[in-house]
Amino acid sequence: MNLTPSLLIGISLAFPLLVLLLIGLLGRSPNLRDGVTLILSSVLFYFVCCLADHVFQGGRPEWLLGTLLPGFSIAFQVEPLGMVFALVASGLWIVTTVYGIGYMRSHNEQHQTRFFACFAVAIFAALAAAFSANLFTLFVAYELMTISTYPLVTHHGTEKAKRGGRTYLGILLFTSIAFFMMAIGWTWSITHTLDFQPGGILQDSLESGNVQPWQLALLLALFAFGIGKAALMPFHRWLPAAMVAPTPVSALLHAVAVVKVGVFTILKVAIYVFGIDLISETHIGDWLAYLAGATILLASLVAMTKDNLKARLAYSTVSQLAYITLGAALATPASVMGGGMHIVTHAVGKITLFFCAGAIYVATHKTDISDMRGLGRAMPLTMGAFFIASISIIGLPPGGGVWSKWFLALGTVETHHWFLLAALMISSLLNIAYLIPIPIRAFMKPTTGEPLKFKEAPLMCVVPLCCTAVGTVVLFFLANQLYEVLLPITKVTQ
Amino acid sequence: MIEQHLPVLVVIVPLIAAPLCVFLFNRTLVYLFALATCWATFGLSLFLLAKVLQTGPISYELGNWPAPYGIEYVADYLSTFVMSFVTGIAAVVLTYAPRSLNEEVDPSRHYLVHPMYLLCLSGLLGICITGDLFNVFVFLEISSLSSYALISLGRSRRAPLAAFQYLVMGTIGATFLLIGIGLLYQLTGTLNMADMATQLGDDHGSRTMLVAFAFMTVGLCIKMAVFPLHTWLPNAYTYAPSIVTAFIAATATKVSVYAFIRIVYSIFTPQFAFDVHGLDVFLTAFALIGIFVASTAAIYQVNLKRLLAYSSIAQVGYMLLGISMNNQDGLTSGIVHMFNHAVIKGGLFLVVGCFALRLSSVRLEDLRGASRTMPWTSFAWVLGGLGLIGVPLTAGFVSKWLLLTAALDNASYLVAGLMLLSSLLAVVYVWRVVEILYFSEPSEAVKSSREAPWSMLVPTYLLIIGILVFGVWTSYSVGIASQAAQALLGGSP
Repeated sequence: MNLTPSLLIGISLAFPLLVLLLIGLLGRSPNLRDGVTLILSSVLFYFVCCLADHVFQGGRPEWLLGTLLPGFSIAFQVEPLGMVFALVASGLWIVTTVYGIGYMRSHNEQHQTRFFACFAVAIFAALAAAFSANLFTLFVAYELMTISTYPLVTHHGTEKAKRGGRTYLGILLFTSIAFFMMAIGWTWSITHTLDFQPGGILQDSLESGNVQPWQLALLLALFAFGIGKAALMPFHRWLPAAMVAPTPVSALLHAVAVVKVGVFTILKVAIYVFGIDLISETHIGDWLAYLAGATILLASLVAMTKDNLKARLAYSTVSQLAYITLGAALATPASVMGGGMHIVTHAVGKITLFFCAGAIYVATHKTDISDMRGLGRAMPLTMGAFFIASISIIGLPPGGGVWSKWFLALGTVETHHWFLLAALMISSLLNIAYLIPIPIRAFMKPTTGEPLKFKEAPLMCVVPLCCTAVGTVVLFFLANQLYEVLLPITKVTQ
Repeated sequence: MIEQHLPVLVVIVPLIAAPLCVFLFNRTLVYLFALATCWATFGLSLFLLAKVLQTGPISYELGNWPAPYGIEYVADYLSTFVMSFVTGIAAVVLTYAPRSLNEEVDPSRHYLVHPMYLLCLSGLLGICITGDLFNVFVFLEISSLSSYALISLGRSRRAPLAAFQYLVMGTIGATFLLIGIGLLYQLTGTLNMADMATQLGDDHGSRTMLVAFAFMTVGLCIKMAVFPLHTWLPNAYTYAPSIVTAFIAATATKVSVYAFIRIVYSIFTPQFAFDVHGLDVFLTAFALIGIFVASTAAIYQVNLKRLLAYSSIAQVGYMLLGISMNNQDGLTSGIVHMFNHAVIKGGLFLVVGCFALRLSSVRLEDLRGASRTMPWTSFAWVLGGLGLIGVPLTAGFVSKWLLLTAALDNASYLVAGLMLLSSLLAVVYVWRVVEILYFSEPSEAVKSSREAPWSMLVPTYLLIIGILVFGVWTSYSVGIASQAAQALLGGSP
């Protein structure tokens, strides 16, 4: 097929909407509905790969959808960071769809049509954010994601779901309206452009004295707190609250799509709005780096206290997301590279862990870690995958996570932030402390009650989590390719 | 031939149709006649808008008396824009009306509804199009008197009292306006707005002029329901029949805002109002206080109509913020918000009407779990509520974004920040209702109810989808509004 890259952007964005439409039409026959979702998500991945092929060879395809308001357009331009994010989101969508079908059916969940429909919208929003060419488009996609995932979080419609949803929507809307929108408006009033440009758009204004460094520091703060999806403390509460959702939601959205849109936006703002040179020269990111460091440690410590597996994973995510914010705040080529890589490695690792949590719940209805003793006998595949993914999250070989942590550590060394280096190292130890005991207990400790028989979750749950577990190891060996692909984002100007 | 008389036809058609309605005895016939009139007026005003966009402002001399002596009608960007959405909403609301009226208004009084409705519409349109200041007063009274009558038709025993409250406040407002007009007439010897503006010229010092301006501003602030002159509004909106609330909430306050813009920008000039006398500071302050107070009040309401009424008071504040910014972007955002809010609030009040029909109550406790039996109506509330909050891809976002960028460009950081913070209050009062609709156990009333009829859902969704359409396609709303703002500012050097 001979498709121009800009057309590919359009097709990639249209596909989730097509899925949405078909899900709506085929809602009455679940098999057809889920089959179509599965096929179309695979086709979407193919198109995204085609686009990636072009982008990684240096192309920067653009597509202008239209002008929403005079001066503010909905436009897309694909660069490597967004491309990598889009690949991750669309690739893991296939896996999650398989898993979601298995999970939702074996649970006899209600409202499956609504569930898969909202899922498609969320993926659409993720891709739109990934491809966005300006802050305005990114903001629209960001908010669309918040709204479309609310019904997923509150899927069960219980009192607990209502409360979780309230926290979720409250914090995400509050931060995005009060801070993020303000930051975008302010950026616009300084520069009169919102386009992402290599090297940033604020440099000129700073040189011409239009804006003072302290104002830029304030602007960076507005962005950092406004992008609530990055779950920087103290605006992280929504993420644990969102765990009330069914596990596939937690897996794809709250380990990959939603939170990664957050950190992706932070990276994007740091690289293409401020410019990493500007941040590192003026040191306006230093406080943010330390806040991220604090979030890394505090969230890890909180994670250790959680007995509920999903809650523990949620706090682990908060901590891991701060790694990426740290990479953006340090603003060196190495740290930005580390941040970009971490989007990928953490996504694959964490989605595996969530899949495992869901599989355990499906097979045994257990949610608390203290109940999981001896579970390794019953669910060897699940627990094995959990172990492999934990290795990657901790940052040990042969998990992909080792590379991103390596580059982040390199960034702290380059900028002589020794405390932050220490924070990274301590965090790895904490990761070991709160992740590794789970598989160890499952395999080594005998069960309290009668010995468990082999009882894995349904195949549609187990196969995806094995795939992603293998993926974490594959990423270890693919690091060079990932590095090459992401290299352009560390260059200051084109 | 007809085309030439369009400006007057828009006002005259509903004005003449109104008394004719009384003579038609058959209820269905009356309704159909009024409906046809409304849609025809809508068509006429769209036609007029198209003509103005094509050829520029049109001046029409009533009875062929030349301008400063006779009465002049001026169809320019702003007036035709406002007229187009006022008539549009009037037509949609009346399409929705029959089932709702049957439920909410005593059948013996049905014959009053349609003539009053048309009279009110004609009054509102008259305020928009006339270029004569005394005419503004006359039409204001026509629309106000008919709206008092409409409000008093509500079934609740409190409806007449609410109407009376409104009557007292509204009359004070209209009288203030009249005093102002009288003083200006004494000063200039003319009632034609354009002529008056020329005669007043750069004279900024006259005490008479200042007093006239003060009277007119306060008078219109009462009609606009600007905090703290809003007290008539919550009761009037709550106890009026649903369709009356929908119609008045979406149009009447907007037209008052329109009249205010006219007076500030076309007669007194912003230099006089803002630069010399510093009205912008007062307006901004009252607007912000009003937004916070009214939004907070909305959070604590237990009656859905009352909740939306307080929200309306808050939303007027956003319009005033834009208008008092005294630059083109700000004024544009104010005008755009008039339109967007009309669509949003109109749509939401129609949703409320659907609940009122099926549940015979709009108290929040009776709405518990309504999404089970009324999924479409409930979902319409969600969409409309998102518009009210100002989520991207809805009309509310467009006006909020314009206001934000205008404020930041104006270096009014405090205003921008407070404006954004206040819009979070809208999240609370909208989502509180969403949670009640979706996450509560159904109330008794809900269990025995069913989805609203198509005849009401379709017009409701017409406006609700309008919220989404005008959130994406802005060349109509923002395009014309910015042209209007440019014309208003260009007219006053």
